[in-house]
Amino acid sequence: MARIDLQNLGHSYTPNPKSDADYALKPMTHVWEQGGAYALLGPSGCGKTTLLNIISGLLTPSEGRVLFDGKDVTTLPTEARNIAQVFQFPVVYDTMTVYENLAFPLRNRGLRGPAVDARVREIAELLDLTPDLTRRGRGLTADAKQKISLGRGLVRPDVAAILFDEPLTVIDPHLKWELRSKLKALHRALDLTMIYVTHDQTEALTFADKVVVMHDGRVVQIGRPDELFARPAHVFVGHFIGSPGMNVLPAEVAGRAAKVGGHVIPLGRAYPPLTGGEKIEVGVRPEFATLAPAGAGVPVRVTRIDDLGRVRIAKVELSGLPMAATVPESLAVNGDEASLIVDPAMVHVYANGALVEGEAA
Amino acid sequence: MSLVLDNVSKHAGGHVHIENVSLTLERGSLNVLLGPTLSGKTSLMRLMAGLDAPSAGRVLVDGKDVTGVHVRNRSVAMVYQQFINYPSLSVYENIASPMRVAGRPKAEIDRRVREAARLLKLDKYLDRNPAQLSGGQQQRTAIARALVKDAQLVLLDEPLANLDYKLREELREELPKIFAESGAVLVYATTEPTEALLLRGNTATLWEGRLAQFGRTPDVYRRPANLTSARVFSDPPLNSMRVHKRGLQLVLATGEHGLARGVLAELPDDDYTIGFRADHLYLTRPDAEAIALTGTVAVSEITGSESFVHIDLPHSNELSGGGSDRWVAVTRGVLEVEPGERIECFIDPRRLFVFGHDGRLAAAPPLVLAA
Amino acid sequence: MDKPINQGAWLLVLPVLLIVAFSAIVPLMTVVNYSVQDTFGNNQFFWNGIGWYQELLDPTTDLGGRFFDALWRNLLFSFLILAIEVPLGIAVALSMPRDGWRVAATLVVMALPLLIPWNVVGTIWQIFAREDIGLLGWVVNRLGIPYNYTADPLSAWVTIVVMDVWHWTSLVALLCYAGLRSIPDAFYQAARIDGASQWAIFRNIQLPKMHRVLLIAVLLRFMDSFMIYTEPFVVTGGGPGNSTTFVSIDLVKLALGQFDLGKAAALSIVYNLIILAVCWVFYTVMTRMDAQRN
Repeated sequence: MARIDLQNLGHSYTPNPKSDADYALKPMTHVWEQGGAYALLGPSGCGKTTLLNIISGLLTPSEGRVLFDGKDVTTLPTEARNIAQVFQFPVVYDTMTVYENLAFPLRNRGLRGPAVDARVREIAELLDLTPDLTRRGRGLTADAKQKISLGRGLVRPDVAAILFDEPLTVIDPHLKWELRSKLKALHRALDLTMIYVTHDQTEALTFADKVVVMHDGRVVQIGRPDELFARPAHVFVGHFIGSPGMNVLPAEVAGRAAKVGGHVIPLGRAYPPLTGGEKIEVGVRPEFATLAPAGAGVPVRVTRIDDLGRVRIAKVELSGLPMAATVPESLAVNGDEASLIVDPAMVHVYANGALVEGEAA
Repeated sequence: MSLVLDNVSKHAGGHVHIENVSLTLERGSLNVLLGPTLSGKTSLMRLMAGLDAPSAGRVLVDGKDVTGVHVRNRSVAMVYQQFINYPSLSVYENIASPMRVAGRPKAEIDRRVREAARLLKLDKYLDRNPAQLSGGQQQRTAIARALVKDAQLVLLDEPLANLDYKLREELREELPKIFAESGAVLVYATTEPTEALLLRGNTATLWEGRLAQFGRTPDVYRRPANLTSARVFSDPPLNSMRVHKRGLQLVLATGEHGLARGVLAELPDDDYTIGFRADHLYLTRPDAEAIALTGTVAVSEITGSESFVHIDLPHSNELSGGGSDRWVAVTRGVLEVEPGERIECFIDPRRLFVFGHDGRLAAAPPLVLAA
Repeated sequence: MDKPINQGAWLLVLPVLLIVAFSAIVPLMTVVNYSVQDTFGNNQFFWNGIGWYQELLDPTTDLGGRFFDALWRNLLFSFLILAIEVPLGIAVALSMPRDGWRVAATLVVMALPLLIPWNVVGTIWQIFAREDIGLLGWVVNRLGIPYNYTADPLSAWVTIVVMDVWHWTSLVALLCYAGLRSIPDAFYQAARIDGASQWAIFRNIQLPKMHRVLLIAVLLRFMDSFMIYTEPFVVTGGGPGNSTTFVSIDLVKLALGQFDLGKAAALSIVYNLIILAVCWVFYTVMTRMDAQRN
């Protein structure tokens, strides 16, 4: 069991960081609650792996403290923390059988006898590895190997948190679904804190109860998947989450209307005049911008339509500004003339990239 | 040029890598090889390139048999999943290398390197070494090298797999455009159905070294020729179940009954396998003709914009000899359901693929459904 | 289908076949020819059939006794060399730095002994170990340990074994180091998380990953040490007595010292066959182990 506290935690790979840019991970404070399923989401180089390595103890932070259940573990090595980690590329001890792989962490801790056997079989059952127990690690498929890596973490009765470092990178898409739902089920069954690092939004959003979005060494938003989707706190979140990402367009905002490329788009909230010299933008997700026949809304020019199977996405230009919009199943697009209908409640206003809270009607 | 694979097979060390594949790839076309790991995508590319000789069958370029011709004497460029560049050469020299080998005049090399660099947004990094670039830029360098080679056959083997999600989106859109002017046959291997849909062109679905189907990408998606092709081209995985049709009665493997309407209506009485994708499994009744089933929620995943509900449906008759099917439903918005919960789900008989005993498509929804 | 795929490649192999024929098969046939004849000089040869072979393989004869004594010495020497160089090489590889400028520095230092010609190595040690003017010999004797490789067989053995270890451990170490470098960091991190001890890490990660290169190292070192000639020849000349006379040294004594071409030829053939047989056994074991692992 563990609640993990990060207090003013920061890390710089240079000895005396002067400016923000010197930090791989800018100082932050955050609590990972016991039993939570978290995802750390961001592009390469955003600091998410640095943060994960600090929590696992593979890296000592240059600033701040890490507490496990109130106990300071900042300088404790990995093996002295009750954590397990699953890496991007499966780590399996080739020369051992699957059984021996699973028993390895227990035997390393001096456990012997029937207790080991019972625990190994229990975990193998949980992970559907029972038929493979006598096979050697070498020659197994990537997903089986990844399950073994996970199993070696789960098998330890003392494990409080499991960290995942892009664990599905080498897994085929249809098996990703299986492994992901397995992870989710395990999380429910075992009451463990799980932290999952990924650059893949689908993995992050489907796995986690809370997603921590990182950008440039900084946490830009923490929230439930639906919050991140519906109300991105930063244009980066809007862009990074969602495929295609949120449309962000330069605008003039006053009251309950935004002027974009000469056209007026209604807003769901009222805003004071924003003229502090900031960059003002409005953001709307393609899911809330629907293509309609010409004349029904803001006029746009259609440049391309992508059929993704489940949905169709149109690439359009609004007064020359590129956007993406959803094409309803019933709409047949003829020519490049069309219009756009946006849901006012789902249009957000950003100043210098940060969400501006408007006043509800 | 056009590239024809005529009944090629590749066996090595007692393993079948490719079995009886025939494909015709036209000049200037974009062709996606879609299939899971080890389905034969890379093996097939190696045969196309001439890196391997087929165990049987012929490879024709513009009607000429090139089966035994060495890769060096063919006009082929290849980009791999790993970012492969010459580590000691600058980006400029990396891009220039195929033209230097071909002994092109200096001025032409310079012009084409700069043109390729501009197309791939590398103009600012020409003096750098690959190690100083991000993964995306490294792969752009490799692609630029393939581009200036002006090859008639360009093979891209999961070129975006090692890149960040967002970078993939960007490059995926650019790639077909970049090669469009060259008139080359473009072949793109991927494990991801969505990628195939976004790339358009043609898609070949591969499974265990065999070609399941080849055709225009939307046609392969909407008209899978067989169960294998439908499975390969579905993400989330295809929902399927054994059914028995007798007259107007439809009996499902779960024991539930429905009316054999929609695509099923015209079929002769027999056992079939129905298949449909996650967006056609409904959690609210779409209309009166829908067939209702009750299952157990195995897990639910919420992405914020969509919810994926995995439902277990245990069999209760001899149609599949026990066992169960796991289906996935996708709905818009947030849908909170607890694992273990009983849940009712619906299938629309007008939106099913029906496969016969041999796995071949027996019936499918019309390409354009009346709303 | 009968396509002319790669048939032309055989032409490319032809020069190699010709070279092998001239460099190996022709001389070998000459040796075979000598081995079945006897000569009393004057280029007069007499048919002797398998006589030399019978004598050679019979330990009770003079020739056979010499041969088996030398063969045992060879085996003992190879065994000692492997028993010391392999573990030592692994240990050195494990303690080599993994990154930074020290990698290059270590590699250069390690490679130095490998670059010195065999006879120079012999000469260096011949002088280095001398009790009168050699630094090593003088110091050891000063410490009260009697040491004289020209008079004492044990000293002679110690000298050539230490010399070989000095000369060749680097090779084993470099091969192992290459094997170690191919292990991704994640393996070490996972092992730490699994609570593995240093020994467990060595046993379950490092050793399996070094398995292939180790086999190659053992094969190379075995063949090389089994054919050893130059260094003991330079240092001890096969003495004192016959205590460091290996098969190869004996062979030269027979052929060039006594001009017993027939005996020497038979010995060469048998020596050659032993080495071939050992290589074959190694090769089979290696491929079989690889097949088992997959």
